[in-house]
Amino acid sequence: MTVSAELELQAFVLLRLGERRFAVPANQIAELVAPSRVFKFPHRTAQIEGVILRRGRIVPVCDVAESLTGRRVTSRRLYLLAVRHYGAQTEWVALPVTGECELINAEMSAAAESDAPHVAGWLSHAGDVIEVLNIDAITPGPGEIPAEVETTHLLEARP
Amino acid sequence: MRVAAAAKPAPARSEQIIVFRICGELFAVSSASVQEVRSTDSFSGASTEISVAGLRKVRHVVRRGERSLFIVSGALHFDLPPAPGTLVFVLRKTRTALLVDGIEKMTAMTRLQSLPKSFCHEERLWYRGLTAVDQTVIPVVNPEGFLSPEELALLDASMPTLENRSDEDAEGTVSAS
Repeated sequence: MTVSAELELQAFVLLRLGERRFAVPANQIAELVAPSRVFKFPHRTAQIEGVILRRGRIVPVCDVAESLTGRRVTSRRLYLLAVRHYGAQTEWVALPVTGECELINAEMSAAAESDAPHVAGWLSHAGDVIEVLNIDAITPGPGEIPAEVETTHLLEARP
Repeated sequence: MRVAAAAKPAPARSEQIIVFRICGELFAVSSASVQEVRSTDSFSGASTEISVAGLRKVRHVVRRGERSLFIVSGALHFDLPPAPGTLVFVLRKTRTALLVDGIEKMTAMTRLQSLPKSFCHEERLWYRGLTAVDQTVIPVVNPEGFLSPEELALLDASMPTLENRSDEDAEGTVSAS
């Protein structure tokens, strides 16, 4: 392998949701943790199931399986704590996965314009073509806040 | 030679909170935000029933001098199954009295984590943030998040009718049903 080819390899975490596998760039994964108690309380963000406590942090649990595979995950083996960007800020978000995760090095092909917003790119591994997920696009964020709600929140934040 | 006294670590700042229940769900509110805690029985004689289209969560209003205090069902506000409620929290600096099922405990929180940005709908107005009490995560409610300015305007618009009804009533109040 040449040096230039090596430079194009990137580390990815492969995760399983039901029958399908997806990839997330390894530099966007904070931790892989065993399922723990999910604390639920009333809210209106449908994708968020609740929150978990991890090392003193309160981390939202976001079930992305339904939007990716059409089915919610019923049995979960792990939570992938992914880094979600909100402008310059980052927060962890816990993604339930149904199987073991695997760390691989692969070369990513860029997503095409016709690909869904949640597709950051594609990679080929063990005979499969696997979607690389764009965590920012697949998890909810302030972009979904209705204008009037955002305004009120900003006003409240004033000193 | 004088030896400088070792700097004492600053005590952790804490905030007194009331942990309360609505339909089995736990919430917290800053004690400083609660002006009064009353039983629903003690309020029923002074409240007037109201019905505003699209605002099922407010069924009663209490007149306090020049002010109207709207009694908000916590259950309906949070989309929980309707519950009668046994206590009313009169929330300071608001026109809201919150109907809850009961008080779980009074305690102190030392850390309030802002609501993760993944929560991106009305809950951002409902809650000041989240706190952990005895290894349980509890949302801390925003006293100003129960009635929006638009909802208050709707309720105010229904008030002249109520005032007329109060004029008809010798005591100026109607018992809540």
